[in-house]
Order: sequence, then structure tokens, then C-alpha cells
Amino acid sequence: MALPNKPQWELLAEPDLTKVPVEEKVVDALIVGGGMAACGAAFEIGKWMPDGAKVALCDKAALERSGAVAQGLSAINTYIGENTPSDYVRMVRNDLMGVVREDLIFDLGRHVDDSVHHFEEWGLPIWKKEGSKGKPLAEGGEPVRTGKWQIMINGESYKCIVAEAAKAALEEKGYDLYERLFIVKLLLDANKDNTIAGAVGFSNRENKITIFKCKAMLVACGGAVNIFRPRSTDEGKGRAWYPVWNAGSTYTMCMQVGAEMTMMENRFTPSRFKDGYGPVGAWFLLFKATVTNGKGEHYVKSEAAKAELAKYAPYGQAAVTPTCLRNHLMLFEMKEGRGPIFMDTAAALNAFLEEKRAEGMDEKALKKYWKELEAEAWEDFLDMSVGQAGLWASMNIEPEKVGSEIMPTEPYMLGSHSGCCGIWVSGPNEDWVPDDYKWGYNRMTTVNGLFTAGDGVGASGHKFSSGSHCEGRIAAKAMARYIRDNADFAPSLQQSEEELKEEIYKPVKTYYANYQKTTHEMVNPNYIRPRHMMERLMKYTDEYGGGWSPYYMTNGKLLEIAMHHLQLLREDSEKMAASGLHELMRAWENLHRIWCVEDHLRHIQYREESRYPGFYYRGDFPEASSTSMEDGGWLCFVNSKYDPKTGEWSVFKKKLHKIISD
Amino acid sequence: MPSFVNPEKCDGCKGGEKTACMYICPNDLMVLNPDAMRAYNQEPDQCWECYSCVKICPQGAIEVRHYADLAPLGGYVQPMRGTDSIMWTIKFRNGNMKRFKFPIRTTPEGSIKPYEGKPSPGPEALDNEALFTEVEGGRVTCTPSDFD
Repeated sequence: MALPNKPQWELLAEPDLTKVPVEEKVVDALIVGGGMAACGAAFEIGKWMPDGAKVALCDKAALERSGAVAQGLSAINTYIGENTPSDYVRMVRNDLMGVVREDLIFDLGRHVDDSVHHFEEWGLPIWKKEGSKGKPLAEGGEPVRTGKWQIMINGESYKCIVAEAAKAALEEKGYDLYERLFIVKLLLDANKDNTIAGAVGFSNRENKITIFKCKAMLVACGGAVNIFRPRSTDEGKGRAWYPVWNAGSTYTMCMQVGAEMTMMENRFTPSRFKDGYGPVGAWFLLFKATVTNGKGEHYVKSEAAKAELAKYAPYGQAAVTPTCLRNHLMLFEMKEGRGPIFMDTAAALNAFLEEKRAEGMDEKALKKYWKELEAEAWEDFLDMSVGQAGLWASMNIEPEKVGSEIMPTEPYMLGSHSGCCGIWVSGPNEDWVPDDYKWGYNRMTTVNGLFTAGDGVGASGHKFSSGSHCEGRIAAKAMARYIRDNADFAPSLQQSEEELKEEIYKPVKTYYANYQKTTHEMVNPNYIRPRHMMERLMKYTDEYGGGWSPYYMTNGKLLEIAMHHLQLLREDSEKMAASGLHELMRAWENLHRIWCVEDHLRHIQYREESRYPGFYYRGDFPEASSTSMEDGGWLCFVNSKYDPKTGEWSVFKKKLHKIISD
Repeated sequence: MPSFVNPEKCDGCKGGEKTACMYICPNDLMVLNPDAMRAYNQEPDQCWECYSCVKICPQGAIEVRHYADLAPLGGYVQPMRGTDSIMWTIKFRNGNMKRFKFPIRTTPEGSIKPYEGKPSPGPEALDNEALFTEVEGGRVTCTPSDFD
């Protein structure tokens, strides 16, 4: 048997850099990412750029199945419909404990339905109420609402449909789509201060580097997953709740060129069906299921729960309890020894049948009704979380017979779901928007020409799939305006082609210079493999940064230790080794992970309160403050900035404006 | 629950332009071994079980074996994806079976013409906040004071 000191990957990376070509492309606008936001941008931008303009979209995967919606979805969670954008702001504000950018949320609320109407026009099946079947939403068709903002869809092909429209739009305009091209680093202009000039990435199919020069750029490549120790221990690590390929690239790449970040202390720790991480929304909203503790008690209705919620007034006492506080109540039960938490699926489904029986439905009709109900219950998983269906099948779980455990997952960083970390961007250039919330171009970061959307935009959660698409469109239009206003700008890069090539392929050179110095390529003191980087990162963030194992608890001292580990990890990242193109992708992803987690923990360190109980706790500051920044409190944004010139980080408060009345 | 490839069914997409699973996997996991002319999952513990490879495989050669660290053996979930609907077969560990069929799209694949019949606002509209499909009014121009 051969010694295991050989590269294992199918597509090997080339250590002789003279054999790695570098191609340079010059475009007006560059879209980095391929998910909902990027597809929205691809759809919108062609209508605003002048004839002959050049636009390119780079996706590290294939557009048809990339991003968070790759697997499909069973609902669209943001459809305003009969509601108002102001009510939408109120809902988001309360769920995110008061600290949000109301201008961005309102702006999203007034545009988002147009994206949903287009999804339907392109072929997405949307459930309609009886009497409204076949009638499009745009013509007054009434959707099946599960909550005030959610509508049900048959969404297995949701992303395929949205991607097809994006691709067709790019093609019609003669724009370029690059798949399997992973952009890993943004490039600032050599002459104009604080201005984006390009980006560089590599192919994970052939040994080739691509450098883009551009006048404006949208970076929308999702949130961050695999940054805290997962509850699973082996293969199940892949079963992350958010897509496992989201590596924090949006945050890190923008941060590294000096973009101001906001609310990076926020994280999302969803409570999901245990282990399979299947969605609970439809069970709560559509099937009206309730949760119980291990003793069978409906703990959310207890006096103790009410007292807990009162501690976090006014948010805790609103009609809809914020997501983090629902977790908080769950953790409270678990820590008191009253776990596990169960979703009572059986009672919920049987209640529907009982209701129909009571209405006099005969057994034959009842059987048909049950078939439909059962299909709806399973479709919820099959559309967006097949693994949960697989787990139920493996465990012989039939939801009409037994309940299933619910568990808060490991933390994730994102800005589009029920979390709001991300980048500080300009709001719309309109009178009602406060002056310190706008600087000319909607969704532009604090770096000239650099835009973001979806998970990238901070302090404005609850966009979900439709909102991310819509936000990509908003940003695309603003980019076109920026490009028009800066028509004379000729981007020039600070680094040479050779320097960039050396930097990107450094892990490959490190591997090949050292791999035969031991008899096993995985154990070698001269380098660290990307997977080992990730494992170490997840262990320490969990233990010191408030992961699931200490019940999401951290404090100043623990964070100090976390920072020390991150410092060492960043030093070791210089010695990352990759033998294949796939592993080179992992190397860069893990570098992105380390940076965005560092910013996350710096923010938690700075914010001396526990604003999101249930998502994380500062043991040394257990309360949530309701005092404004002017009075020294924490009812304000926490922003941070990495200075690319000095390598220094600063973290500071930023004033919060309440635009929409209570 | 990582994907796996049945070597008796996989032909490496030798008749096609590209290896379908390798083309589609969002996490760059599926690769073709050209010597064996078979595909495989190169990093099973990073598989999201999104089933993109299972759904696209023209030979029906890809299935999923549930995550070893959390799922007992014997469960099985397999789709057959058509152009307008998807059929799921679920087999329980105890042998029970369920089958479901759901619609997936209402238009033919490849038929989307995103700009057909849509407005083409001129450059003067670039300075307002309306998206290109919204130039004919609606809620788009509203401000918070409209809902006070």
C-alpha cells in the first residue's frame, strides 16, 4: 500500500505558478455571488446600463442551484400584500429588539412584492385560496397566508426559476456569467482613495486566476455557516441549517477593503427540528402546533415565562414574541431540567381531523382530507430540507403519531433571515431618510462603488428570499446610477498580477513544498489543512464565544481568550495548505470565516449588554438596555471598521433613528 | 445524509457535454473520476443533502445514505423530478412507504423571457427609486408619512 503522503483530490492544484494563467477582464459592473440577491441584480441592471455596457456575474457554484435557496423553499416569508410597509418595519423592529435601520426595511417593503409577482410570472407555483385559484397575485389572486407576512409555495424549483430569469436577462443584454469562479478578494483603486476597483478569484475547475477591473461592484454571497461548533459530530456537520457553503465571504471581503460593518454582534440561532434541522414555521403557523417541555407542559404560557418576557419589555411583551426570546424561554426550560422541548405534531394534525369530524365530514371525505394534510406536512420538508424527511423515515417517525424534538442550533451569521448582522449601507436618497443614513447611492457601503444586498446588508433582517432578490434589484439600479455619475473613472489596481497570483495560490505552494516531509499528508508540522482550521475555529468560538455547548453564554474574560485563539489562528492561516482546487476553495473560505467571526466577537465584546437573549448572553451584562446612545445606553447600532491601511480595527456606537411610529 | 453514487448506474455522463452532478453541486462535492468514468462525493461531511445531484442525474444513479452520526440505517427518500412536477418516494426503516407528488413550475423549462412586454424606462428615470418594472406607479413611491 502506498504511503498516504500524496494529494487526494480529483482536480489537483498546480504548484508551478508559471503554468497558472491569469486573465484580466474589464467591466463596468461586477456582481459577486449567485443567490437570490445576485439574481435580482442580474435581472434589474440590464434595464439601466447604457447600450454597450459590460456586466459580469461570478458564482462559485452553478447559478441554477446556488445560494441559500438551492434546495428550494416551501414558503416566501416576505410578501406585503394587504399590509403596509410601515407595519412591516414594526414587525422587524420588534423581532430584532429595536435596533434596526427602518429606512432600509421600509424601502424593501415597498418594492418586495414586485419580485414575488415576477417569480409567479416566471413559473413559481404559489398556493391560492379557494375562489382565487389560477389568479395571479398581481391581478388580485389571494395567497394562502400562514402568517401575516408569509405565503405558501410549491418551491422545489424556486431557485432554478429565478436563476433562469437572471441568466436569460444576462444573455439578452450580452453580459457574462462565470460559474465555478470563486472571488476571494476585493481590490481598491490605486489612485482614488476608498474606492473599489476590482476583484480577484480563481476557478475550481481549472488552474486559472481571473482579475476583474470594474467601476462598481455588488457583493452578495450570503452569510456565514460552520463558524461555531455544530451539534452534529461527523457527517451530520453538512446538515447545517443555513447552506453549508456560505463562508462569510460577503462580510470578510468587504471588511478587508474598509467597509463599515453594523450589528455584527447579532447572530441567528434558529430553533429547528433536532438533528435534521427541518423548518418549524409551517408547523407553528400553518398547522398551529404547540411546543411542550419534557413534562408535557405548555411552558410558553406559564407565569415564569411571562415573567421572563417582561424583563425584555417592550419587545418581550409584544403580541408576537421575538425569535430570540422564544429561544430564551426554551433554554430556560432546558437549563431548569425540564427538557426536551417537543413540537406536538400529533395533536396539531389530529385537531384538524377532529375539527372536520365535528363539522360532520364523513369518513371517506376525511380520508381524502387527511391525504392532503399529510402531503402538505411532508412537502414542507421535501421542498427545503429533505434531510429532515430522511431522518423521520430512518427513525420511523410519523408526525400524526408522535411529536418531535425541537432544539436551538449552532449560531449563524446572516442579514436576510431572522438576524441582522452585515454591512452599513446608504439608504434611499429621499427626504424622509435621516442624513446620516444616506450618502447618495442606495445600498452602497462606505467604500465608493461597493454595494451589497441580501445577507450583506446589516440592521435590516426579515428579508428572506423575496426581499433579498428585491434588494439586489435596488442595489443594481443604484450601481447603474453610480457608474453614470463616475463615467470618467478608470479603475487601476494597487497589486500586480504576479502578486495576486502568489497570494491566491500560496496554500498550494505551501502544500507542495512540504507534503513529503511526513508519511501522512494530513499530519505535518509545516502546514495546517483548511479542515483543521475550521475545526479549531469552531471549537474555540463555541467554548469562548457563546456557542451551544455553554448555552450561548460568554463574558468579557471568555471573549478575551477567544480573541487570543483567533489571533493564533490568523497567524496559522499563513500556513494553510491545499493540494486540490476544491481544497484551495476551502482554504479561502476558512480565511473568510475567521475574519467575520473575529468581527462578530469584537462586537459582542463592545456591546456591554445582552440584547439578544436566546441568541447569546453576556454573563457579565445580563440585562438588555432600553437607554439611548445619547444617554450612554445601548439602544443604538454598534459599528466596526477595519482599516486596510493600518490593519487596525475600531468599534463604535452609531445613532439610531426611529422613523416609523409605534 | 451524504449523497452516494451507484457504480452500476453511473456512466460518468459520457454521452453528455458535462458530468451533471459535478456541474450542479452547490458545494463542489461531486467529481468525476475519469479512469473509472464514475462520479463520487469528494467530501461527504460537507454535504447539505440538498439533493441537487440526485435530482439532476440522468441515470438515477445517485441516492443518499442518511448521516451516519444521527440517522439509523434503513430510511430512504428518493425523488423523480420531471419538468413540471416532482415525485417523492419515502421508505421508512420499518418498511412503510409513502409517495407524494408536487408541482414544481407552471411554465415550460427555458421559456422565461424576462424583458418581454416590460417597460424600458429612459435614463432620466435613473434618479428616482422605482425599479424598472415599477415605473407605472403603485406602492413604490410611497413614504412613511403615507401610512401615519
